[in-house]
Amino acid sequence: MLRKKECVAMLLAGGQGSRLYALTSNIAKPAVSFGSKYRIIDFPLSNCINSGIDTVGVLTQYQPLVLNEYVGNGQPWDLDRTFGGVHILSPYEAKTDTSWYKGTANAIYQNIRFMKMYDPEYVLILSGDHIYKMDYDKMIAAHKAANADCTIACMQVPLSEASRFGILNTREDGSIYEFEEKPAKPKSDLASMGIYVFTAEKLFKYLELDNSDPKSEKDFGKNVLPAMLNAGEKMQSYRFEGYWKDVGTISSLWEANMDLLGVVPNFKLDDRDKVIYSRSPLAPPAYIQGEVINSLVATGCEVEGKVVNSVVGTNCVIEEGAEVIDSVLMGNITVKAGAKINYSIIDEDVVIGEKAVIGSPIKQALKVGGKTAGIAVLGRGITVKKSGKIPAGEIVDKDV
Amino acid sequence: MASTVGIIFSSMNEENVPEITKVRSMGSVPMGGRYRLVDFALSNMVNSGITTVGMITKNNYQSLMDHLGSGKYWDLARKEGGLILLPPYSGESETLYRNRLEALKGATAFLKKCKEDFVVITDSDAVYKLDYSKVIDAHIEKNADITMVYHEHEVVKSHYYINFETAADGKITDVAINSTARGVRKNYINVMVARTSFMLHLIQDAIQHGYTSFGRDILSKGVSTYNLYAYKLEGYYASVTSLEKYFSINLDLLNKDVRKEIFGDRDVYTKVNDSAPAKFTDTAKVKNSLVSDGCFIEGTVENCILFRGVKIGRGAVVKNCIIMTDNIIGENCNLAYVVSDKDSVIRDNRTLAGCEKQPYFINKGSLI
Repeated sequence: MLRKKECVAMLLAGGQGSRLYALTSNIAKPAVSFGSKYRIIDFPLSNCINSGIDTVGVLTQYQPLVLNEYVGNGQPWDLDRTFGGVHILSPYEAKTDTSWYKGTANAIYQNIRFMKMYDPEYVLILSGDHIYKMDYDKMIAAHKAANADCTIACMQVPLSEASRFGILNTREDGSIYEFEEKPAKPKSDLASMGIYVFTAEKLFKYLELDNSDPKSEKDFGKNVLPAMLNAGEKMQSYRFEGYWKDVGTISSLWEANMDLLGVVPNFKLDDRDKVIYSRSPLAPPAYIQGEVINSLVATGCEVEGKVVNSVVGTNCVIEEGAEVIDSVLMGNITVKAGAKINYSIIDEDVVIGEKAVIGSPIKQALKVGGKTAGIAVLGRGITVKKSGKIPAGEIVDKDV
Repeated sequence: MASTVGIIFSSMNEENVPEITKVRSMGSVPMGGRYRLVDFALSNMVNSGITTVGMITKNNYQSLMDHLGSGKYWDLARKEGGLILLPPYSGESETLYRNRLEALKGATAFLKKCKEDFVVITDSDAVYKLDYSKVIDAHIEKNADITMVYHEHEVVKSHYYINFETAADGKITDVAINSTARGVRKNYINVMVARTSFMLHLIQDAIQHGYTSFGRDILSKGVSTYNLYAYKLEGYYASVTSLEKYFSINLDLLNKDVRKEIFGDRDVYTKVNDSAPAKFTDTAKVKNSLVSDGCFIEGTVENCILFRGVKIGRGAVVKNCIIMTDNIIGENCNLAYVVSDKDSVIRDNRTLAGCEKQPYFINKGSLI
């Protein structure tokens, strides 16, 4: 067997995720809990293994402890391999040019040697902050069929929202003639999903060029992709249809969690052909004594209170008389008797004291608005004392 | 702790629940929503610091092997030691072992290779928590030849059981097999500790004398010759001695104190699967039940254990039931006191009921 891999995936997981506020104070965004038993990084990693890609570099920089511990040797995703597998790539010290990752392109540039170990034909660039299921193999097949140098996954977004994205202007055959990063007046509604397939040698060439350009911000969207386009390389779009959500903000993270609920959810987790793998905790099944309606509840939970329209993570305790409504509880949270939680996102290891009131019912909270759209956000490890109050839209990262 | 090797009988006492063990060995009988019975004995071993475990299998062990795999979920996929399957027909025997002693004979090659000083031997038909290292400490302190673990409870009649009498210092003075005595007794739970060398000596001696029963020929007759000591297991213990008992052990896990004791301050390891979290729709009504990952609940569930991937249809009412993995309970079904084995489908509008003493059992993969 040849000691090479056709495709190596590089997962950008180093971002701070500052718009998640207290949720990313101590952990990198891809390590944020999602969907009661998952973390965001489970989605791209599971997509990789489900697409037949078994070599993944995870580029970390910001608060990597939880992420490193979680990814470990990659065993939950079947990515513990003797050749290939998952590798955590953090910035390192070199004889010259020692530096932090200065941008998405620079992060990949600093790991050219890692990619070259596998002598790949293609490199797949992924982000660690999207919730979706995608067969990358089909995208690579399209890349090959079009004989492209770079293929960018894209999807249609409402034109009114298009200015928040990188927008692709394409010809009829799907080839890209223009790439606009967050244009004020978008000419098309095709948004880049931040998923790129590169022909490896082209990627290496343009990363080298980008690195030697002092004016570059070392960013794929702003620098590398436009440079390739200007040089006349073949850039192709790849249309993705299906569920895809950027969970970079509090409200989008909340929405994505809610998209899992219902008899026919917007995003299906229990698809047996495309399993989302995760590092499953060892806990007994959930014990339900109270009332659980239209919700997800993970193992290890003890629910004696009421849970409505909510996503409850592993090992949560909801005591008698407590209510959790329209909320996301990430894991290992105790909600003591009589506490009321409405329209909130609560991070791991939080204790909510008796009769505490967190957030407001969704209709009232929406009027409060603010940077979290009225969602009350409680950071990791905090304790809310008995009868404590946290108003709608508040972001809390220390005990109250 | 003292260096210890574990041996687990994965196939003992299957006669007690022929319905469930028809398609699997005792060790792989599903229990408590996401576990197999062997998980309790195996987790006890791992949590006692034992890192080499021999698993004695008999027939029907495909399901057990599928569950255990390389042992990685118990941290027993090791270069040194780890989980070692001991299939039947090993050694010189040409026939399937018929009893505990013959099974142990088959494990002598494994035991001889082990460097560990002590051996813990246990069955895998029970739910309990025990730190075996404490049994070994007691064993050393008493200078015992064999330490037998017991639990005090009302005698439960099954096809084979042992209880014993002890002196004040814990020395066993009488070992009775299938005794007719009733009431609360010291019931041997088929967990014993000995020095590895002594166990090998016992097995060798048994072969030379043509013994056939570990209980009758060694333990019962050995009361005066050997130093047999008793160790009391405090707290919860229940073994699968009948379908009724299987049913009640599962439901015992709905008791908060039992759950806390079994799962509380340590992990019970099991094979991980990647089901999505349990989903409750807006018509779900669940009371006093254990609900595993992958469940999808649209109906009413009370006093039940739902294993992974169980679907309860809209309008269905399921009470006092043990529903194993990947069952589909149709709309408007009415189930009470049912134990439904894996992969069964109950069509819409069916009514099925057993009673507490005689749960209605549905075979694996049935379509009703």
